[in-house]
Amino acid sequence: MKDTIYRSHVLICTGTGCVSSGAKNIKHELQDELADNDLKNEIKIVETGCHGFCEKGPIMVVYPEGVFYCQVKEEDVSEIVEEHLLKGRIVERLLFKEPMTEESIPSYEDIDFYKKQHRIALANCGKINPESINEYIANGGYEAAGKALTQMTPEEIIKEVKEAGLRGRGGGGFPTGLKWQFAFDNNSDKKYVICNADEGDPGAFMDRSVLEGDPHRIIEGMLINAYAIGADEGYVYVRAEYPLAIDRLQKAIDAAEDLGLLGEDIFGSGFNFNLHIKKGAGAFVCGEETALMASIEGKRGMPNPRPPYPAEKGLWGKPTNINNVETLANIPYIINEGSEVFSSIGTENSKGTKVFALTGKIKNTGLVEVPMGTTLQEVVYDIGGGLTDDKDFKAIQTGGPSGGCIPEDYLALPIDYDSLIEVGAMMGSGGMVVMDDSTCMVDVARFFLSFTQSESCGKCTPCREGTKRMLEILNRICDGEGKDGDIRLLEQLGEHIKDTALCGLGQTAPNPVLSTLQYFRNEYEAHIYDNKCPAGVCEELAASFTINIDSCIGCGQCVKVCPVDAISKGDGKYYIIDEEVCISCGACAKKCPVDAIFQG
Amino acid sequence: MPCSCGDNKMEKYLAPLNEIFEKYTKDEKYLIPILQDAQDEYGYLPEEVLKEIACKLDLSLSQVFGVVTFYSQFHLEPRGENIIRVCTGTACHVRGGAEVLDQLKQELNIDSGETTEDLEFTLETVACIGACGLAPVIMINDDTYGRMNSQKVPEVLANYQK
Repeated sequence: MKDTIYRSHVLICTGTGCVSSGAKNIKHELQDELADNDLKNEIKIVETGCHGFCEKGPIMVVYPEGVFYCQVKEEDVSEIVEEHLLKGRIVERLLFKEPMTEESIPSYEDIDFYKKQHRIALANCGKINPESINEYIANGGYEAAGKALTQMTPEEIIKEVKEAGLRGRGGGGFPTGLKWQFAFDNNSDKKYVICNADEGDPGAFMDRSVLEGDPHRIIEGMLINAYAIGADEGYVYVRAEYPLAIDRLQKAIDAAEDLGLLGEDIFGSGFNFNLHIKKGAGAFVCGEETALMASIEGKRGMPNPRPPYPAEKGLWGKPTNINNVETLANIPYIINEGSEVFSSIGTENSKGTKVFALTGKIKNTGLVEVPMGTTLQEVVYDIGGGLTDDKDFKAIQTGGPSGGCIPEDYLALPIDYDSLIEVGAMMGSGGMVVMDDSTCMVDVARFFLSFTQSESCGKCTPCREGTKRMLEILNRICDGEGKDGDIRLLEQLGEHIKDTALCGLGQTAPNPVLSTLQYFRNEYEAHIYDNKCPAGVCEELAASFTINIDSCIGCGQCVKVCPVDAISKGDGKYYIIDEEVCISCGACAKKCPVDAIFQG
Repeated sequence: MPCSCGDNKMEKYLAPLNEIFEKYTKDEKYLIPILQDAQDEYGYLPEEVLKEIACKLDLSLSQVFGVVTFYSQFHLEPRGENIIRVCTGTACHVRGGAEVLDQLKQELNIDSGETTEDLEFTLETVACIGACGLAPVIMINDDTYGRMNSQKVPEVLANYQK
């Protein structure tokens, strides 16, 4: 196989985010333009996985210069070809502008969003073509697997992973090496490894990005894992909502099989390993390991009490090791670089990096991978660029439905597994949702609880009944019917559910409520005792809107959008809102061109 | 339980299902993949199909029914030709996903979880599509639409309306 040498590579992100922003059309347009300009043999188009900066998609990077173009549109393509690829002049207007300084940044590495990141799990995402095994290998791929299978014993691998200090990235934070040791210690004629890619936490999408952007890394991680514990068969459990991830992973498995990196006698070591994909069918609880195994077995995905742990009795009763996608993505790095390099990153008890999905009311949304111990401040302001519309920071929610809301006072908190638990939140899978003062914390708590409540499998009473009762109380509070004693009742119920539920889903379900009660108790009290929703979110409690007659220009646009005809012409040229009729929908305030309408 | 063999019409109806069976061996672990394939084929999971699957895998119909009703992906009623999934995940929630859902309900005149009478659209909510950077997001079939707002709804729907 002889590859042409190209003078330039144009990388187009074809992750889910950029595809929905139109990346495929841009690629076709670029193909046509290259053909028209007779550049097909000089410039190569590479489809890559996610760069993590989905907000700015579609993203295009031109190498060797490493110029980063964002929010590229179809009509921009001819200009890029004409100016950049033919004349070597950067198209200034498509460069990324730092939200803080308005400065245009040409190079990928110099953008604040990327500069402060340390990419291990996401190292290849956005840099290689995920559908080409050769590109992965050219970037050092499968070297770790080769080293592990031919030069290391399973014990040595487990020791390395233990010494690296890697902890489970799926949320629990259990030491990965120890987990492998348990599975290794249990003798059996058959063992399994499973990759948990049932990424169900709303607000987290790092697993999806790794699977879409660098699927071979997961295969390699699993191969090493299987060799270390003595398993010959593996499953990747991917949620069905990720069709592109499933497609890319299947192609990667096929390619690895063709090269003998999966199958019989891998690297001539005599070790066999076969890998299958199992598509989820839409049940959040299947992210819990015992439920996940039940689902692979073809049953209802309900959790079982532990012990026995999967390392002892897992899939079909055989010793099984289950790791999350991001955990496995760290394995090749640890084997290649050694545990010392890995453990030099991070804090005392949390080593390495963590990928966070930074979303919500923030300027730069996307995936960020930072060393453990990075502060919330750095993530929100230095990487995230601050809040949208420069609003005031109110809270950051970490850990999805199992986590909690952290207030402004803790912005200097270095993030690791233990520090987050201390402040009543948790790492979870790494979702981070930034909230400003227009977010009602009671409504947020209700949102998460209604999610866990509807996903509760119903097997154990505390979760099935308890979360339902808690939700009823929250609904009551948001509807303006909260009663004295409701707060205490929420706390009591929450503590009981935490102590008694069968699996992780139930045990962590009350966290969003308990943490908002801890830090934003005054909001609950305002709902219950003052009949007010301070953020103006809960409709029943929202204050009516008023027009500032000094700023009103009398354009009348508000009248047109008011659904209840509450707005009429005042004495002068301005308009007024009838408080009695206003339902506080806020449609008028959104429409007003001069921001003359305010709430309260 | 007797297989529904011998009936000519039924045989024809179940022919695609038999093709699906050929891809798998008789094992309980293939129940979910078979159900997924069958739903892709029939659009939903009719009772006759479930009976046939139970029979072929040697499982009781109640066990198959139990699995079908546990997972939100499986449906026992006919569904629309186009499936609209509105993300109601955290990021979409704080960026106004509910307004998009309301607009869709209004445009299609159905509630979430329902199908339009002409079987063109089914509207449902999902917890997270994992495209939080583009919130609020909706998916129609396998196409993702990011940065949605209620004004964009008619325009997006028009791509699928006959």
